[in-house]
Formats: sequence, C-alpha cells, structure tokens
Amino acid sequence: MHPAIQAILTIVIGVGGCIGYFWASNLFLDKVLFPARGPEAGRNIGRANMIRPWLFLAPAMIALGLYLAYPVFATLKLSLFSKGGDTFVGFGNYAAMMGEAKFWESMRSNALWLVVVPAAATAFGLLAAQLTDRIWWGNIAKSLIFMPMAISFVGASVIWKLIYDARAADQAQIGLLNTIWMKFEGGIGSVLILQILPAIMLGVFAALMVWLLWSLIAPMARGMREGIWTRLGRILGAAITLGLALVTAGWAIGAMTADLPYGTPQTWLTIPFWNNFFLMAVLIWIQTGFAMVILSAALRGVPEDTIEAAILDGANAFQIFFKIKVPQIMGTIVVVWTTITIVVLKVFDIVRAMTNGQWGSQVLANYMYDKLFTAQDWGVGSAAAMVIMLLVTPILVWNVYSARKEMR
Amino acid sequence: MDNIAGSKPALTWAVHISAVLLVALWVFPTLGLLVSSFRTSDQIAGSGWWQALSTQEARMPAIRLKGEEALKDGVFMIEGNLFDASGAEISRWGINSKDVEAFEAGETTALPSGEALTVEADGTYRLSSTQSMADLRMPRVFVTAETPPQFTLDNYDTVLFKPAPGQSVGKAFLNTLTVSIPATIIPILIAAFAAYALAWMEFPGRALLVAAVVGLLVVPLQLALIPLLQFHNAIGIGKGYLGVWLAHTGFGLPLAIYLLRNYMAGLPRDIIENAKVDGATDFQIFTKIILPLSFPALASFAIFQFLWTWNDLLVAMVFLGTTDNEMVLTGTLLNLMGSRGGDWEILSASAFISIAVPLAVFFAMQKYLVRGLLAGSVK
Repeated sequence: MHPAIQAILTIVIGVGGCIGYFWASNLFLDKVLFPARGPEAGRNIGRANMIRPWLFLAPAMIALGLYLAYPVFATLKLSLFSKGGDTFVGFGNYAAMMGEAKFWESMRSNALWLVVVPAAATAFGLLAAQLTDRIWWGNIAKSLIFMPMAISFVGASVIWKLIYDARAADQAQIGLLNTIWMKFEGGIGSVLILQILPAIMLGVFAALMVWLLWSLIAPMARGMREGIWTRLGRILGAAITLGLALVTAGWAIGAMTADLPYGTPQTWLTIPFWNNFFLMAVLIWIQTGFAMVILSAALRGVPEDTIEAAILDGANAFQIFFKIKVPQIMGTIVVVWTTITIVVLKVFDIVRAMTNGQWGSQVLANYMYDKLFTAQDWGVGSAAAMVIMLLVTPILVWNVYSARKEMR
Repeated sequence: MDNIAGSKPALTWAVHISAVLLVALWVFPTLGLLVSSFRTSDQIAGSGWWQALSTQEARMPAIRLKGEEALKDGVFMIEGNLFDASGAEISRWGINSKDVEAFEAGETTALPSGEALTVEADGTYRLSSTQSMADLRMPRVFVTAETPPQFTLDNYDTVLFKPAPGQSVGKAFLNTLTVSIPATIIPILIAAFAAYALAWMEFPGRALLVAAVVGLLVVPLQLALIPLLQFHNAIGIGKGYLGVWLAHTGFGLPLAIYLLRNYMAGLPRDIIENAKVDGATDFQIFTKIILPLSFPALASFAIFQFLWTWNDLLVAMVFLGTTDNEMVLTGTLLNLMGSRGGDWEILSASAFISIAVPLAVFFAMQKYLVRGLLAGSVK
C-alpha cells in the first residue's frame, strides 16, 4: 500500500476510532451497564459518573504507560543484562562504560554544554526581551529572533556548517567565521581584539566569582549561627565559585599568552575542546528565541508601581533592570533555565550532523546511539540512557513538586 | 513604563543599534544559506554569499586558448573570446600559474615560445606570430575577472527532480509529510478527552495522575528506543510508519495533556455547571462546549507537535529505518552532509526545502505558538 494512502487511512481510522471509542463506551455505560431509569436510577447515575473519568482517561493512560513509563523500567532491566540481553551481569555494563575514555569525554562535553548553553541562551533571551520591548519594531525583531525555533536541529547544523566552512589559504573563504578570522593578521589590532579584550572579560568574570565567593563565606568566617543545610549550601556554592574563578583566571592567562595561528584558515569543528563551543552556538541560536518570548512576557508582568517607585528614588536604567525587574522574574528565569537544561541533556542531532562525536565533541545521547545501533551493545547503550535519565531526575522531581504545590 | 522620567536620546539610539545587531546576528546564518541556494556552485566556491549582490572579482580556472589561425599581412593570427557569453570583465591576467595577475587587460606579452598575446577586458584575445602556429601547444590563460551578480533556480531543480540515487529530497519530503500529519492529529483527540477528565471530573487519584503527567513531560525519549523497538517487533508492527505514528503519539501526549488540562481548567466554571443543570452529559459538555472553547490550546499543541515531528531525526531513524525509500528530510540531509559535505549548492537547496514548511507554519501561526509556550512555562 502506498504510504500516503496508508497515512490518510490511519488518520481516518485513528480519529474515527477515537471518537467511536469515546462515543460508544459512553453510550454503553449510560444505556446498558448503568441505565438511568428503573428502581436504581439514582444509584446508577452515581456509578456511571464514577467510571466515566476512567473511560476518558484510558487511551491516554495506556499510551503513556506503554510508551514512556514502561520503557524506563525496561531500559533499567536491559542495562543490567549483557550485550544481547540474555545473561544478567549486574552493574557490569556500568563498570565497562566507566572504563571507556569516550564515556568520560561525553560526560565532560555534556557538563560543558549544561553550564554554557542554558546560561548563554537565558542571558541572550533576557537581553533580546529587554531590547525588543522598548522599540516600535520590537514585534518584527522578536519574530526574527524566534524564527530558529522552527528550524530542525539538522537544518540548523547545515546553516552553521556553512559559517564554519574552511578553504585553503589561497582560495576565497566562503565561511563567515574564517573570513573574519583572515582579517586578523597579527598586528596590534588583532592582539587587542582577540587577546587583551577576552582576557579582560574573563578576568572581570573571575573577579566577580571571587567577590561572590567572599560574600558566601564571609558570614561563616564571622561565625554566624546557621542551620547545617545553609552551611552546606554555602560550602558547595563557595566550591563552585572557586572552581569557576580558577578556570576563568586560567583562561584569561591563556588568552594573553596564546600564540594564535594568524593567516591560516581554521577548520573550527576539528579543534578539540573548542569545537564544543562551536556546536553549542547552534543550540544557543535556536533556544534564545524561546527564552526571549517567555522572559518578555514575564517582564511585561512586572508591576509598574515597583518600577515607578524605583525611578522616583533615582534608580538608573541598569539598576531598574538588575535590581527591580530581574529579581521579580527569577521564578520564570528558573523555568526557562531548566527547560533548556532538559533540551541540552538530550542533544543529539547537532552533534550527530556536525562532528558525529569526533575530535573530542562526543555527548551522552550520541554516545548512547552509537552503542545501541552501531556497536549493537544494548547493555552499555541502556546504561548510558539510564545516566541521562539520572541527570534528568532532579528536574523531574522539582517539576512534580512545584506542580503539586500549585494544585493545592 | 520605565520611561516615565523621560528618555535620553542617546540611550534610545543605543537600544535601537543593539537590537539591530542582535537581529542581524540571528538572521544572517539563515540568510546565508538562503542566498547560497540560489547561486551556482562556481559562485558559491568563488566568493562568500554576502558578496552575491555585488559584482565579483574572482580568479577563474585556467582557460586554454583555441581557434583557427589566419594569415594577415604576413602575420599569423588567432583571435577569439575567452568567455562564451557573459558580462564578465577582466581586470588582470597571466600566463603562468605562479603569477596569475601579471598583466593588465589590454597589455601584450611575449610567450616563452615567441608568440605575442593580447587579452582585452571583454575577454577577446589575439595571438600573433611570424611563423605558423599549427603545431603549437596552445597556451593557457589565467584571468581575474569581474562577473555581474547572477541567481539561478537550478539547484532546486536538481535536488527535487534530478537527484542522485539515495538523495531524493522530493521523496523524503513526502515521507516527512506522511510521518508528521497523522502523528500530529491522533494525539490531540486522545489528549483532549484525558485533559477534560483531569480538569473537570472528580475522581480519586486525580492529583496523582496530573503529577505523573508532569513527571513524564521530562522523561528522555532516548530510554524508549530499544524497549519500544522490541515491543513493536513482538506485536508484529516492526519498523514502519505505524510504529513512528504510535511512538510520536506516545511521546507527544504528556505535553498535550498538560497544555490542554491547564487551558481547560481555566475555563469559566459557570458554563459547565449551567450545562449540567440543563441536563447535559459529560460527553455532550466535552464535545459541544469544551472542545470549541479550547481551540487556541488545541492549535498551539498542534503546531508544537507538527514542528517536532517534522524536525525530528531520532525517532524516524530508529522506528522507520534508514534505507533510501524510508528517509525523512532530516535523515536525507544528514546523509548529504556526510557524502556531499562540500557541495553547498545541493546542501543549501535541500536544507531550504526541509525548513520551508516549518518556517511557513511558524510565521502563519506564531500567535498560537507563543500562547502555547506561555501556557506551558509561565505558571
């Protein structure tokens, strides 16, 4: 049968079947099983109304159970069995996976993605929301920034691959990035823009982290009385900020002392470690529109009297933004951040299309796909899937918790 | 608003300029691909797409002279034009690959073998010698020429109607359509009934079910691949469209139920209670009142699901298969990137065909998309 005919038939059967099911099961319940007449009419109506919700829910619950809930447990089971799925090996697959360099490379890349993409997309989204809300052509601007949301990850990869394209040095460069790169010839301007400026920016960020670190541990140094959890939180925060400060300071020094290969076109996607950032740019480009739309709505919801009060008190535009608006939309920022985090944890298409995990750019989802369908190793592949599930779980718990809180 | 205290012109300008820069940064990548898809492969390789509208100066591949010699005033001459027909204008030329820009247009030079060669700006050349050039190996000429801007639809023609084996974008387009339309329509109905039950019917365990749906929203579909493939094989569906439709339906349901439930729960209670007092059954309330009122939410979910199924790569790769006949657009594009990564004229046209439909849907139905996003996230 031709697939198109099959598709139309499926639509007809699917839609007709759904309507038919709901209509017929309702009819059966009301007329045959518990008819609303005779001596037990009242009781029957009550009984029918107890069953009806489950009639309405049944198809959805079966589909959800079969296609989302059951696979979690089936995958857990598969991850404890050997390659073909027949002998029980306990945590053998997890141990084998931990011993693979590619797995740790994926974990490192994923960690990098998890820090950079949500942060950058949210920051750009906030910037875009704030800018476009203040201009008369803001809606057009919003539309254009939002547009990449409609483009597939693979399509976006093609778009960005053209930007990263590299040709031999004596040919015309058709990639935008290499064209810009070839404009730098190593003179004072290049050093200023490519080395001193990034170093200053990284240095400022490192200094900011040190300041944050100090403000976190200062109350403890003064011997303030606090609960054990607050104290643990402070120590954890201090460790993270210290780590970030050291890393960025290291990068700042690296940027200053780097010997950049001026005059040679770069194949950006094959530079280990840095290629991760070129891949992330694609996802940031896609997700910024999402962040912008939601944050823009939240910004418009900020009560005007708080802003008026701030203006009367002499606050400038930056103070209004960072001290009045941002704190009031913090809840929305968290929602945006976690939504993008989930997208990042599952990122697959972009890496598959642009580097396929070569040159140090492997990520968990692509590692899992390679294990499942290239190496045909269901055990280790399922173990990798369980790692993704484990990383999503905190967000899952948090979402369920806040949804329940809201329903009360 | 924030400018009640008056706004500074400098700040307004800064906002406008930053917004323009930001929009440009977001539009340029797509624009680059769009422009490239209308250029010939020589043009794409010869200059960046941002130069497509300007007259381009580019070095052309070496051209070997050809022509019949004629005897004129005791001098043997060969005359002709380097170009077949185009408005190209030569700025510099050379006869040695080591120095391709040795001469200006109109200059005359002596070849190593003794002949004199003149190349004019419009491409006409004159080779003259005192001896016959019948057995001379004709020289090659390297030219740097300016060509006027030129656009073509040939790339789309090639990609759609004359594809190389296994790279049929037209076929993939139909396959994608076949996957995404049923996969968009079927979950809507199933979800709508469930959402109504969760929003307006009283029964024990309702809160628990809503929480479960919220939890399932973030379960990565990566976990479902192997178990579902096994399940499909066990019940005899195997790989095929039916499997993809079912998988997309299952994966789309949590968002559908969540969006629709939130929307239906916000509908005015009076309408539903009045209908109940008038003797309407739940089924009637649902089909006659709730469903028409929920149109905005249904539309926003439909757009989400359509974009998601159209753009999906993983589910199609796993549940449909990867042979030439079963490829969806994203899969074909992925193959093209591997096998013809340097052929930007093919790649850009194919990519544009694949993103044209979602872009059209996006621009036509943006209102509902935004509404759906806000309903799903801002709470």
